[in-house]
Amino acid sequence: MKIHEYQAKELFRKYNIPVPDGGVAFTPEEAETLADTLGGYPVVVKAQIHAGGRGKGGGVKLAQSKSEVTSIAGDIIGMNLVTHQTGPEGKEVKKVLVEQGLNIAKELYLSIIPDRATANIVIMASEAGGMDIEEVAAKTPEKIIKVYVDPLLGIQGFHCREAAFGLNLPPAAIKAFIPMLQRLYQLFVDYDCSLLEINPLVLTAEDGVIALDAKVNFDSNALFRHKDIMGYRDLDEEDPLEVEASKFNLNYINLDGNVGNMVNGAGLAMATMDIIKLAGAEPANFLDVGGGASAEMVENGFRIILSDKNVKGILINIFGGILRCDVLAEGVVQAAKKTGIEVPVVVRMEGTNVEEGRRILAESGLNLITAVDLKDAAKKVADIVA
Amino acid sequence: MSIFVNKHTKLLVQGITGREGQFHTRQCVAYGTQVVAGVTPGKGGQTMDDIPVFNSVKAAVRETGANCSMIFVPPPFAADAIMEATDAGVDLIVAITEGIPVMDMMKVKNYLQGKPTRLIGPNCPGIITPGETKIGIMPGPMHKPGGPIGVVSRSGTLTYEVVHQLTLQDIGQTTCIGIGGDPVNGTNFIDCLSAFENDPATEGIVMVGEIGGTAEEDAADFITKTVSKPVVGFIAGLTAPPGRRMGHAGAIISGSSGTAQAKIEAMKAAGIEVCENLGELGEMCKTVFGK
Repeated sequence: MKIHEYQAKELFRKYNIPVPDGGVAFTPEEAETLADTLGGYPVVVKAQIHAGGRGKGGGVKLAQSKSEVTSIAGDIIGMNLVTHQTGPEGKEVKKVLVEQGLNIAKELYLSIIPDRATANIVIMASEAGGMDIEEVAAKTPEKIIKVYVDPLLGIQGFHCREAAFGLNLPPAAIKAFIPMLQRLYQLFVDYDCSLLEINPLVLTAEDGVIALDAKVNFDSNALFRHKDIMGYRDLDEEDPLEVEASKFNLNYINLDGNVGNMVNGAGLAMATMDIIKLAGAEPANFLDVGGGASAEMVENGFRIILSDKNVKGILINIFGGILRCDVLAEGVVQAAKKTGIEVPVVVRMEGTNVEEGRRILAESGLNLITAVDLKDAAKKVADIVA
Repeated sequence: MSIFVNKHTKLLVQGITGREGQFHTRQCVAYGTQVVAGVTPGKGGQTMDDIPVFNSVKAAVRETGANCSMIFVPPPFAADAIMEATDAGVDLIVAITEGIPVMDMMKVKNYLQGKPTRLIGPNCPGIITPGETKIGIMPGPMHKPGGPIGVVSRSGTLTYEVVHQLTLQDIGQTTCIGIGGDPVNGTNFIDCLSAFENDPATEGIVMVGEIGGTAEEDAADFITKTVSKPVVGFIAGLTAPPGRRMGHAGAIISGSSGTAQAKIEAMKAAGIEVCENLGELGEMCKTVFGK
């Protein structure tokens, strides 16, 4: 799960991690009032959307006066911000973060992530702050320091010193940096983060270290023990169909193509999307109804696929294991009767109770196209959208 | 022959009295698996069907000689259950549970280091040696006993599809393993490839991967250096968009890392016959393994 920068900075404050003074504003007037409390100009106005690359897209601006804050905030709030992460359609900005300007001496990079290969928590730091870290890693990997922390041991002084000296910090800044890194690590483990990134971390002219940016993502599997984080969820940032699907525990991702598909199991769902593509069409979604789906879940999945107006045909691919083919068939029939299906539907079923499932579909009177195997299914889908 | 499990494996089930635990325990028993014990803290002394239930894994092992544990414990308590089984000294743990927090699994993985216990999973369908024992949630009947092909996969139903196609081509399996779709798991591709390479009954291997991480690239490297048997590979997720978690917690392309294309290239470079159309996998295996 992702949260906004201003929310991440709230968490930082809770852990005594230095951030610039500031707050969130939903209108230009609020931005103006807020700016006046920050003790002088310039102030920074930053668009709050989940996607990165906001600065390059024109969503981060410096304001030298009160009136400039009002006009910049007015420009940014309501704008459609396009970044490399939003896709060409962009994202409407509904709020801005207004912050004090800093006296920047140097921009650094700092992040904490879980490393899947070593099962360690990795601290990454670099003097090449403010830049795209992927690019730094590709072109000049020696500029990135990686410190591996065994989660059973936790962060130790030597870990912090390795990062601090690696960043070539001046002595006074090292004193501030080490406890800050320890607290960041604590925040990371306390909240089951999947990413904590500060880019840039700023070394000020006064030898302070301040998190100018803050990006925190959480492990969705651990949210059950972080009810407070659930309060940070912003439905405006999510696809409406995906929000709807999540209500029924359906794993749905909306995509750009025109062939809807419903599959049980994530791996098979991805492979089914690939088959649609190989057949010359484009998948409209990813939908894993899961191992233990009920007829009701199948019905809702079907309804959600159909509410995507780009869908010209549907491929259902179920390998019955725990989810029995007869249950799947019941769900499809129910959905078809309730919502009406106006696009061709290809059904490929295999596994547990497949004969019963095929019988239910055949006797339903619905116009369904059955496929004997995956190859056949792909061909039939291609014929539909051709 | 087979790897990791066979008809002598004595299974205990953690979470045996839950809905899933009961259902799948019965399926395993029906397949012929020796299920000797169950564990549900607080329900020691009861039975599930005729299977004795214990309060702890240690007690179950002591009383029944179980050497393998299958785990259906819900996510908040699953890491604890895995560590309990490790502490009790079972040889193999098969963790079916989906949705265990990454932080918990990182601790488990570090805890397992240097201990003799092997973990398969979590978030996996389990392991089956067809005709001998089924430790997991996969449908048993579609498997064909007797080998000679070993199957290792990160996925569940995708593995069923692959095994189904093998069986339709009259190609039997020695052992089929799902290593799970989580970013941090126990047994990896390399462990399985190495075991299949050393198993005299296994003559070829099917390896099924998906987007996310670098496990397939590492496996390809290992195959180049160590594996002499023919390998057919498949990678799911060519059409997956970057930055989106495709169901499995581990199936995510982050930046330029974890793409299907990079994995396919690494596998091809290692001499693996990569199948790009899942619909044709069975036929391809017939050609490659029939040689």
